[in-house]
Amino acid sequence: MNDLFNSFKNGPDEQGRFGIFGGRFVSETLMPVILSLEEEYEKAKTDASFWAEMDDLWTHYVGRPSPLYYASRMTEELGGAKIYLKRDELNHTGAHKINNVLGQIILARRMGKTRIIAETGAGQHGVATATVCAKFGLQCVVYMGATDVERQAPNVFRMRLLGAEVVPVTSGRGTLKDAMNDAMRDWVTNVENTFYCIGTVAGPHPYPEMVRDFQAIIGKEVRWQLPEQEGEGRLPDSLVAAIGGGSNAMGLFYPFLDDESVRIIGVEAGGKGVDEKMEHCASLTGGRPGVLHGNRTYLLQDDDGQILEGHSISAGLDYPGIGPEHSWLHETGRAEYVSITDKEALEAFQFSCRTEGIIPALEPSHALAHVMKIAPTLPKDHILVMNMCGRGDKDIFTVAKHLGVEINTGG
Amino acid sequence: MTRIDAKFAELQAAGKKAFVTYVMAGDPTYEASLDLVKALPAAGVDIIELGLPFTDPMADGEAIQLAGQRALDGGMSLQRTLDLARAFREDDDTTPIVLMGYYNPIYNRGVDKFLVDAREAGIDGLIVVDLPPEEDAELCLPAQAAGLNFIRLATPTTDDKRLPTVLTNTSGFVYYVSINGITGSAEANADDVAPEVARIKAKTDLPVIVGFGIKTPERAEAIAAVADGAVVGSAIVSEIAKGKSTAEVAAFVKTLADAAHRA
Repeated sequence: MNDLFNSFKNGPDEQGRFGIFGGRFVSETLMPVILSLEEEYEKAKTDASFWAEMDDLWTHYVGRPSPLYYASRMTEELGGAKIYLKRDELNHTGAHKINNVLGQIILARRMGKTRIIAETGAGQHGVATATVCAKFGLQCVVYMGATDVERQAPNVFRMRLLGAEVVPVTSGRGTLKDAMNDAMRDWVTNVENTFYCIGTVAGPHPYPEMVRDFQAIIGKEVRWQLPEQEGEGRLPDSLVAAIGGGSNAMGLFYPFLDDESVRIIGVEAGGKGVDEKMEHCASLTGGRPGVLHGNRTYLLQDDDGQILEGHSISAGLDYPGIGPEHSWLHETGRAEYVSITDKEALEAFQFSCRTEGIIPALEPSHALAHVMKIAPTLPKDHILVMNMCGRGDKDIFTVAKHLGVEINTGG
Repeated sequence: MTRIDAKFAELQAAGKKAFVTYVMAGDPTYEASLDLVKALPAAGVDIIELGLPFTDPMADGEAIQLAGQRALDGGMSLQRTLDLARAFREDDDTTPIVLMGYYNPIYNRGVDKFLVDAREAGIDGLIVVDLPPEEDAELCLPAQAAGLNFIRLATPTTDDKRLPTVLTNTSGFVYYVSINGITGSAEANADDVAPEVARIKAKTDLPVIVGFGIKTPERAEAIAAVADGAVVGSAIVSEIAKGKSTAEVAAFVKTLADAAHRA
């Protein structure tokens, strides 16, 4: 138990709620397995051997801690706040996703589950899950929207190389939301031997809490890395991270929620613009509370409560919901949420390549686009930490297409 | 006493098992769907489960997912689903209607307003797949207070320890899900189902109806024989998907109903 009464870090409550958000909105078949997962996680949380195993793998397999890098040329060009990048794109498999996957797979092993399923949008979570399953010799099935299978072909091939079965999902409109539906259908059918490894801070309790706790390694590292470079006790003044479901952002934000001086900004995918045409994935800025995939949270939906398809240039942000803890941080005002368009993200993508020699994924390119907006307005002693949560190798084909460049991969 | 309670009392007095069907409201159109629902009681259907279309039916297999999409594409909504129930009630004041679906459209409308509207439309009970007992305060308790039955699903994973939690606040009947899985998938096996029904009946006086994986008259009869009744959904919805006429679908339903009633 956290003993801070007025803390933003106490959630979720016993019902798995962050305020009114979160909960356990699943069918009866899944309730017993969710309760046993919660029990197992509660045990693991305070079990030193669990965290020792995590630490060992984080260090020797993933390559943690990831560097906290002072981006001097970005800082100079933008002419304001001092910009640090948390380099989670340097992790094994190229994104923050593996931080969480390791935790869940270790839990799955403790629960005696032999078959792992996952959903994936851009393919980063699928690749991370396939990777860790290969490492532990576990069967792995990844559900991926048929639309995404097409636009993320390199990651599909990676997953298959790693021994995973990739199932293209054609139900609905064939994107991340539909992949999650089919993963849940698989889970209900194979509940006895199967563990569902969710890739973000969403889903029924205890997933939002558990995934956040695994990703919180990001913010915990920043807490000791920044003072090494900026002096003892120095906290960041601002944190910025991109949000699809919101796991990299929660991981960076959570350890700082009770530090009032730290401004916290989440960046949603604004697609073609957050307006009535709804061609975006900005659940907080353009949606309202609803219930989907096991939790209550902000969702893109129509007047009848039917879920809408989002749009984003980034397949990893292309989800009509958001983790429930973000919904709560939004309503309490502890964190701010803004949106960035496809076009702005593409500009930021190129800016990062040009100024720092870092090819970012399209997801953190959204965060960077917002940094580019606010950094010039902030004083030079303002320290801004942005989560560079993934690398852009997977996105070069998409970016080339948008820049009107044809990449010939044929022999 | 709801129409559901009255129907079971009547069936019990006649020594008959209940035959329950699921159809998606508005599949493929509002008019065709209303015609079919009106034809169901004469085909031998004791209780009608009316599907509320939703974009993301996580507990359903392909047949019902596609039915929901057809309905939504045809402009169906929660309001039109209630309209359909009300239109049915104009000619039939006894056949119970159970609205079956997912929580978001209901939550979106507002629970209090929904309950008033549902009662007024002649809905008798609710099955909301993504509301387990842990979320009873959301809809289950308000629904019971408003005089609607809230019918809970029990599943093969509902062990003895959990069963009382599932049965508390359940009313109308208990819907036993015969398999771990989604609608319209693996076939239910009467030998597996019988001990499970007995296990549930030992803990409740409510009728226990079995659904999921019942596709043929033979299976309907076998399952009804070991329970208080059987539900068929996907098999009927698949007939609608083939473009069969109301009369053809009703004739298929009758073969299922007759089989269940033989049990």
